[in-house]
Amino acid sequence: MTPMLRIRDLHARAGEKDILRGIDLEVKTGEVHAIMGPNGSGKSTLANVLAGRETVTVTQGDVLYRGRDLLVMSPEERAWEGVFLAFQYPVEIPGVSTMYLLKAGLNAIRRHRGLPDLDAIDFLAMIKEKMKLVEIDQSFLNRAVNEGFSGGEKKRNEILQMAVLDPALSVLDETDSGLDIDALRVVANGVNALRSQHRSMLVITHYQRLLNYIVPDRVHVLSGGRIVRSGGKDLALDLEKKGYSWIEQESAADRAGARPVA
Amino acid sequence: MADLGMAETAKEQYLEAFARLQKETPARRRSWTLGLRRDALARFAEIGFPTSRQEEWRKTSVLPILRVPFRPEPDFTANGFTPEAIGRYTFEPWECTHLVFINGHYAGKLSRLRPLPEGVVIEPLSAALEKRRDEIEPHLGRHAGIDRHPFAALNTAFMQDGVFVRIPDGVAIDEPIHLLFITVSPDGPVVSYPRNLIVAGRGSRAALVESYIGPRHDLYFTDAVTEIAAGEDAAIDHYKLQRESGRAFHVARVQADLGRYARLASWNISLGGELARNDTHALLGADGGEVRLDGLYITGGSQHVDHHTLIDHASPHCASHELYKGVLDDRSRGVFDGTIIVRPDAQKSDAHQTNRNLLVSEEALVDTTPRLQILADDVKCTHAATIGQIDEDAMFYLRTRAISQETARNLLIQAFVSEVLHGMRIEPLRAGLECLLFTRLRKGHGAGVEP
Repeated sequence: MTPMLRIRDLHARAGEKDILRGIDLEVKTGEVHAIMGPNGSGKSTLANVLAGRETVTVTQGDVLYRGRDLLVMSPEERAWEGVFLAFQYPVEIPGVSTMYLLKAGLNAIRRHRGLPDLDAIDFLAMIKEKMKLVEIDQSFLNRAVNEGFSGGEKKRNEILQMAVLDPALSVLDETDSGLDIDALRVVANGVNALRSQHRSMLVITHYQRLLNYIVPDRVHVLSGGRIVRSGGKDLALDLEKKGYSWIEQESAADRAGARPVA
Repeated sequence: MADLGMAETAKEQYLEAFARLQKETPARRRSWTLGLRRDALARFAEIGFPTSRQEEWRKTSVLPILRVPFRPEPDFTANGFTPEAIGRYTFEPWECTHLVFINGHYAGKLSRLRPLPEGVVIEPLSAALEKRRDEIEPHLGRHAGIDRHPFAALNTAFMQDGVFVRIPDGVAIDEPIHLLFITVSPDGPVVSYPRNLIVAGRGSRAALVESYIGPRHDLYFTDAVTEIAAGEDAAIDHYKLQRESGRAFHVARVQADLGRYARLASWNISLGGELARNDTHALLGADGGEVRLDGLYITGGSQHVDHHTLIDHASPHCASHELYKGVLDDRSRGVFDGTIIVRPDAQKSDAHQTNRNLLVSEEALVDTTPRLQILADDVKCTHAATIGQIDEDAMFYLRTRAISQETARNLLIQAFVSEVLHGMRIEPLRAGLECLLFTRLRKGHGAGVEP
């Protein structure tokens, strides 16, 4: 079976700086993989490459999404095809309501699939269901996207959007950052409710604590722009105990003198 | 000095045109306004057309206007307009008084008048001038500063028609008054001189909307003046919607003088014209007055749109709040120049000015100049001016939410302008304008209306 995502020898740079230095990764349909790594290891760059951010340039390698070349697609084409990125720092957009954003996005995807637009009533019924997942109330919908939202509200809004757009591949970029334990639990419950045998997820995080709630099938450790170790969910616990320096020292030794990225 | 030569030649032509009109129109010679017109013309002859050496006109050259031999249309002709055709420009279903003017002249058959409260006068100025001289003479030309402003002087010398509104003390007009100034130039470049006068009594309330439109490719010149005298505790909403042809020149001046506790809210929307200049001035001449000046300019192609505003805090305890926003595309150019004067006696003044600009192309340009002259010490005054581009982070965010690049761009522009539109208090106008902007964004920029 064609994997959901297949990354081969991916090199990418942001500005003048090489960030990703040869990533290989395969995620099968229905699997949840965690990408862990210290600051500056390239986690967010990887997320941005997958979502199509233009400030990141791929210099080598390729990314296949359901067997198709992902890198030639625009960000919106990727979204139409079922790729979703939950932002580490969701953007505030004054003057655009959350309701409008969700409806416009969903209907764009439906049109791409040859389906008619959802009318206001069906949309509202659907969204009410989805809002329960992340425990937010309806007043949320009329507020401008992320404007004046607390950190927790922003992250819940990301998961709500994921629930509405119903992607096949979700990339969650440090969804746990800035959350207290209660908000983390709500967000994680939302994510878990969206786990399915048809959907794959790439959960990017600095800390192991998120993985207590979202238990991954595989864990990869990113360091210096490469995946330096992969394993089962227990790898996250080892990291928690020993810290990133443990892996970094090992991998630095492996690379025999290659300089890790600051 | 070629500019000066051009300005002089053009001035001579306007002076000759005035003499010719006097000779050909006996009614003008008999009118009491003759003295006013002559004085205004004499003043215009003295000051002449502005040049870019004058601070007020440093960023806007009027030479393109002077190069074209414009002529006023001597009499009313419908130019083929029918009531049905007018319906496209009146934001239907918008039930209110619509007064229509074509090439400067009142079009009675195309206008729709509605019943008015007792004592209210809404009449074409041309009809009111003679029969209501005692009410008009104390105001006409007394507010607009025609001794200082050449285009206001020119308008006063040549003024054709517009509206005279008088609201008695304590009367509120619930429905807006819509003035629709249409200009077409099938037989060569036309100039029109719309002139409006609003005299609002104590505690009265009214909303006035001025629309200026013309077919997309017609070449013409509009020189408009509106004077508003708002009595004690009067509340006036003024909307100006400029949708002139993309080849047209539009110079307009609005002067509002406010009495004690009077309130003015002004929305100045500028979409059309090859060259447009708006001067909006408010004088807070007595205690407790309040002014809100909101503006929006959306330009493309080679349009040049200039807004000058002046809020004169001449009395204590007055408040002003100003928000102008611009979206500039292609090679268009915008100018915002906002002056706030707080006179020595105007203690406890509260003045806030904001100008925000969004450049959506590489070549668009905007100049923004706040001028605060604060001569009192116990005041609260702030100003802010920004020039920016579309937020790339917001663009990327929207695109990852399945919204196409073009839709995302338009959405962000709409969100940017919505702050001004949402304040408008006439729903059919607000909704109509939103729809107009949406269509325009989708099709790319183009000024004027479909012919």
